[in-house]
Amino acid sequence: MARIDLDHIRHAYGAKPKSEADYALKEVHHEWNDGGAYALLGPSGCGKTTLLNIISGLINPSEGRILFDGTDVTHLTTQQRNIAQVFQFPVIYDTMTVYDNLAFPLRNRRVPEAEVDRRVKEIIEMTGLGGWAKKTARGLTADQKQKISLGRGLVRSDVSAILFDEPLTVIDPEMKWVLRSQIKRLHKQFGFTMVYVTHDQTEALTFADKVVVMYDGQIVQIGTPAELFERPRHTFVGYFIGSPGMNVLPAEIDGARAAIGDQSIGLNFQPKIEAGAKTELGIRPEFISLGREGMPVAITKVEDIGRHKIVRARFADRLISIVVDEDGEIPAEPRVTFDPKAINIYADSWRVGEEA
Amino acid sequence: MEKTWNNKAWFMVLPVLVLVAFSAVIPLMTVVNYSVQDTFGNNEFFWAGTDWFLEVLESDRFWDALTRNLIFSAIILAIEIPLGIVIALNMPKKGIGVPICLVLMALPLLIPWNVVGTIWQVFGRVDIGLLGRAVASLGINYNYVQNPIDAWVTLIIMDVWHWTSLVVLLCYAGLVSIPDAYYQAAKIDGASRWSVFRYIQLPKMKRVLLIAFLLRFMDSFMIYTEPFVVTGGGPGNSTTFLSIDLVKMAIGQFDLGPAAALSIIYFLIILLLSWIFYTVMTTSDAQG
Repeated sequence: MARIDLDHIRHAYGAKPKSEADYALKEVHHEWNDGGAYALLGPSGCGKTTLLNIISGLINPSEGRILFDGTDVTHLTTQQRNIAQVFQFPVIYDTMTVYDNLAFPLRNRRVPEAEVDRRVKEIIEMTGLGGWAKKTARGLTADQKQKISLGRGLVRSDVSAILFDEPLTVIDPEMKWVLRSQIKRLHKQFGFTMVYVTHDQTEALTFADKVVVMYDGQIVQIGTPAELFERPRHTFVGYFIGSPGMNVLPAEIDGARAAIGDQSIGLNFQPKIEAGAKTELGIRPEFISLGREGMPVAITKVEDIGRHKIVRARFADRLISIVVDEDGEIPAEPRVTFDPKAINIYADSWRVGEEA
Repeated sequence: MEKTWNNKAWFMVLPVLVLVAFSAVIPLMTVVNYSVQDTFGNNEFFWAGTDWFLEVLESDRFWDALTRNLIFSAIILAIEIPLGIVIALNMPKKGIGVPICLVLMALPLLIPWNVVGTIWQVFGRVDIGLLGRAVASLGINYNYVQNPIDAWVTLIIMDVWHWTSLVVLLCYAGLVSIPDAYYQAAKIDGASRWSVFRYIQLPKMKRVLLIAFLLRFMDSFMIYTEPFVVTGGGPGNSTTFLSIDLVKMAIGQFDLGPAAALSIIYFLIILLLSWIFYTVMTTSDAQG
């Protein structure tokens, strides 16, 4: 188990990157705690798999260093780093039995056979593959195969970290829940450092202590699920997390007031804006209340999705979403108020704090 | 579910039936016809029963040629299959090297058999051939026209040169279908180069290897043109394979009855051996 330090890492797939745009992964400088569960969340092509492969050692970063527990491992191979990785598609050695599959990493490391047997039996027990031990791995279902992939990581008791690269993509929905909670339980039990790549926000939010949101080759925010929800650092985080995403409206900021179209909204702080920046106001649909008081809106559509309704409305010539309780009534002349505590102000897409 | 009978379907397969009849069934039945009768010309036929078959099976000539065929195929397979795997494993997986290697590999396969024979016939000659002169200048007494061993070596090298690329291309197709994640996972599991081959590459190549094995067996067992052009079956009878013997019998001696019987025996041997190989290899597949 290890703490992972990413020291000014950058990576470009081309040989000679000229501009910032040539980097698939822009500068990353972070420290990840020993035993933490991190989820790398972002859309396809945002660099999350690149970052994962840099940690596992399958890719050497163009620039920067990577440290495990303070030791520089940048130029060590995957084997030397002692990492386990579970891939998107289950990788199994299909001519071997389930037992031999699980024993494979240990036997390659010349672990005594008695120890191999003890560890493998433990993993078989844990993953519930007992009946399959002596059978070839070929006939298994996708989720059983993925369990073996995971088991091959867990069987080595001394791994520095276990990396997951969208491991539940090919798994049936109901098995996803089972596997996810199983992985989470194993994490609690063993306390390994875990890095989990996904583009599914539910998966990331239920899974990790810290979610690392990536966008266009950079980390835009690292935070707990609550932080990502309440205080998105970047408008992308606002859009990407939550369903529906955050409403982001162009706004003129003047002192502690924001003007959207002809509407003016009072803020509970005075944002610090540099001149010339593009300013926006962000508010989550959950924090807009629909009633008879406030600013006028024109409702275009109401979607009933069970526990609550999503109201799509036109506000100051912009489309916004509002979440209303299932039994919440929608007045004939609707008006909205924004919860001042839930308002975030963005300058050039980045969240701004209070004027000092 | 009730099966739907639609007799119109027969019309659909009719063209294929006609084609197959003309290309396979009718010639084959003609051969069967000859193998059980005796003829002295004038379209007069006399029933001969199994006489021709017995004659062929009791002749040393047949068993000697069959032995040569089996030895030849065994040597060819023992060289070409491992060599093909080794070359395929070392071919580049991406970049400009891929098309270059593929074209180089495909070249020998594009050359007609009799041209291949002619090339090697000239290439190996001691008086004017590049290979023949080069080997002779090394002080080795090499002459495929007079020495049976030299004739065999020449034929084997020629076949390896001609057909190994087929094995290479088939294996390569199997190899490139392996996702990168397998190699990455193997690295993480600490697998050795041999383990990667044994547990990832070989299982993925198994099916194409089976095809390569069968194709190479059948082709080498039926080999005719190249030895006919290079050695003409000699020196003596040392490179007279079943096919060459068959042509000698049918067209050289006009012994149509025994030749037809030999054809059928030859056909059945190939069928039987291919079936045995296939069964053995697919059952080990199911177990392994």
